[in-house]
Amino acid sequence: MRTGEERKWEILGVVSSNCSVKGPKNGISNGTLYKKTFIEHFEQAPMYVAVFTFVGFAVGTIFGYLRDFMRAWGLEKRNIAAEREQQKDFVPLYQDFENFYTRNLYLRIRDNWNRPICSVPGPQFDLMERVTDDYNWTFRFTGRTIRNVINMGSYNYLGFAETDVNALKTVTIELKKYGTGVCSTRQEMGTLDKHVELEKLVAKFLGVEDAMVFGMGFATNSMNIPALVGKGCLILSDELNHTSLVLGARLSGATIRIFKHNNMQSLEKLLRDAIIHGQPRTHRAWRKIIILVEGIYSMEGSIVRLPEIVSLKNKYKAYLYLDEAHSIGAVGATGRGVVEYFGMSPDDVDVLMGTFTKSFGAAGGYIAGKKGLVDFLRTHSHSAVYATSMCPAVAEQIIRAMKCLMGLDGTTQGLQRVRQLEKNTRYFRRKLHEMGFIIYGNDDSPVVPLLLYMPGKIGAFARRMLEKNIGVVVVGFPATPITESRARFCVSAAHTREMLDTVLNALDELGDFLHLKYSRYSKSSHPELYEESRLELED
Amino acid sequence: SAGTSLAALQRMDVRSSLSYLYWLFCQFELITCSYLMEPWEKLLFYSFNLALLGLLLYTTYVCVALQASSAFQLLCSLLANPQDSALAVVK
Repeated sequence: MRTGEERKWEILGVVSSNCSVKGPKNGISNGTLYKKTFIEHFEQAPMYVAVFTFVGFAVGTIFGYLRDFMRAWGLEKRNIAAEREQQKDFVPLYQDFENFYTRNLYLRIRDNWNRPICSVPGPQFDLMERVTDDYNWTFRFTGRTIRNVINMGSYNYLGFAETDVNALKTVTIELKKYGTGVCSTRQEMGTLDKHVELEKLVAKFLGVEDAMVFGMGFATNSMNIPALVGKGCLILSDELNHTSLVLGARLSGATIRIFKHNNMQSLEKLLRDAIIHGQPRTHRAWRKIIILVEGIYSMEGSIVRLPEIVSLKNKYKAYLYLDEAHSIGAVGATGRGVVEYFGMSPDDVDVLMGTFTKSFGAAGGYIAGKKGLVDFLRTHSHSAVYATSMCPAVAEQIIRAMKCLMGLDGTTQGLQRVRQLEKNTRYFRRKLHEMGFIIYGNDDSPVVPLLLYMPGKIGAFARRMLEKNIGVVVVGFPATPITESRARFCVSAAHTREMLDTVLNALDELGDFLHLKYSRYSKSSHPELYEESRLELED
Repeated sequence: SAGTSLAALQRMDVRSSLSYLYWLFCQFELITCSYLMEPWEKLLFYSFNLALLGLLLYTTYVCVALQASSAFQLLCSLLANPQDSALAVVK
């Protein structure tokens, strides 16, 4: 349902006015840089929701103190680590308060995380059944498996996590030829012809000069950023960047400044300050200014404002490092990521980074860009010097997935998968909006966070969805702000319409039972109007 | 939100108000995190809440009853002797 106000914003290509209560969350954007409409939602829930969330946390905290008191005075058995009697006179080893939240709130709903699965994480998977006898302190496996649970949590955007024998033919051949272990680093004897083939393919796929692949996606970020920047450089990093980027930035020793999430005014202000004032004490110019952003932010589902960032970086002569972990393969007309999604050229971004874990059903990461950059990383990256290189069977899986995506295997299966993902994303998001849930993020992102807010509902939601045979991932503090806990759905191209409908029906029922439909802008806020129009059409 | 809860009830096919009360109780459990508590904690929490509620009701009853009775007395005296009581009030 689009009101007149929303129509106007949509035409200008500006953030949706769903955030009209407090003004647009990410600032006014430059409408002329965008070739298509850019609609993101960050709706605020009604005030009573915030009040109830705090009530829930207050009750939880009071009972937490009560339980800690009982544990300290021996009225209840202590299951956590404690010092021996002889050590009590020394400096305390375990600071009790630091883990207060983990001990008293997280522990009560701990059974919703770390659930072991025992099949391929495709659109459906099998879970090992796990029960607890002492309220989540310990778990035991009953030995049964819960079969065919619909998977709404795995990062399987294009559905390449499959066990079909025909699809994995080449992977099996390579496995028999090379075995599984590489037993060396890239600089010693770990560079196989498979790696060279893969790197050429990745460069061709992205449309850049050269690329380099690494064995682990997290390590790609944390080991390569220290190689690119050092002391005397400035890193401008988004508020909600992933831990790997934060770790890499901290390890490098450069100065780090944070700008508000996707907010171009904040970024421009920081850039201007950096150029006008220079380094903190000496006021010399910064050696390098690098902007760290992600393609799709996995907790919010928002897409980076790439055209504006590129124009800012060209104006102020900074470098851009784009982490496409979730967006490569998932957005763009042919699955080539946010650069294609915005219709820009890959030369605009200085360092293109991505992972193969999400859309390609494998493991590892890559860094792509100009040949000079990649050659530098081959000699100076910690990952190249010390980390074992990628397993050849995994490299072959990426090669076959990428060839499928590019159409080099002679079929249109790759393009079909990208289209199917787009359709599924649109359908899922539209239906959730219509039902009245608060969803964050861009309309085109396959990561769909559904807001739950109250701590009591996190546990109830995850458990009841599992009872209905649907596996979801719920997230709370500290991965999200304390009042905005959410359930995060990852739509996949392998999900059929029936599976999505099953999930949507279950969500509908559960949303009514748990009272999760907080949105004030959806159709179901006024069911009587909707019913009336249906009657008129039937006449 | 009243509209959604009404639609929710219609869809849940609620016939009696008892189901609705149970649903309200479930909401209370979820909001105050008592859904996550162990049985003895729940007992403690509910007894505390009921005690507080009882105290609140008793205080309201006493307060309202006192005010109501004094207001009623004033009204009676006004009706019975209009001039005397009016003069008494003014003095």
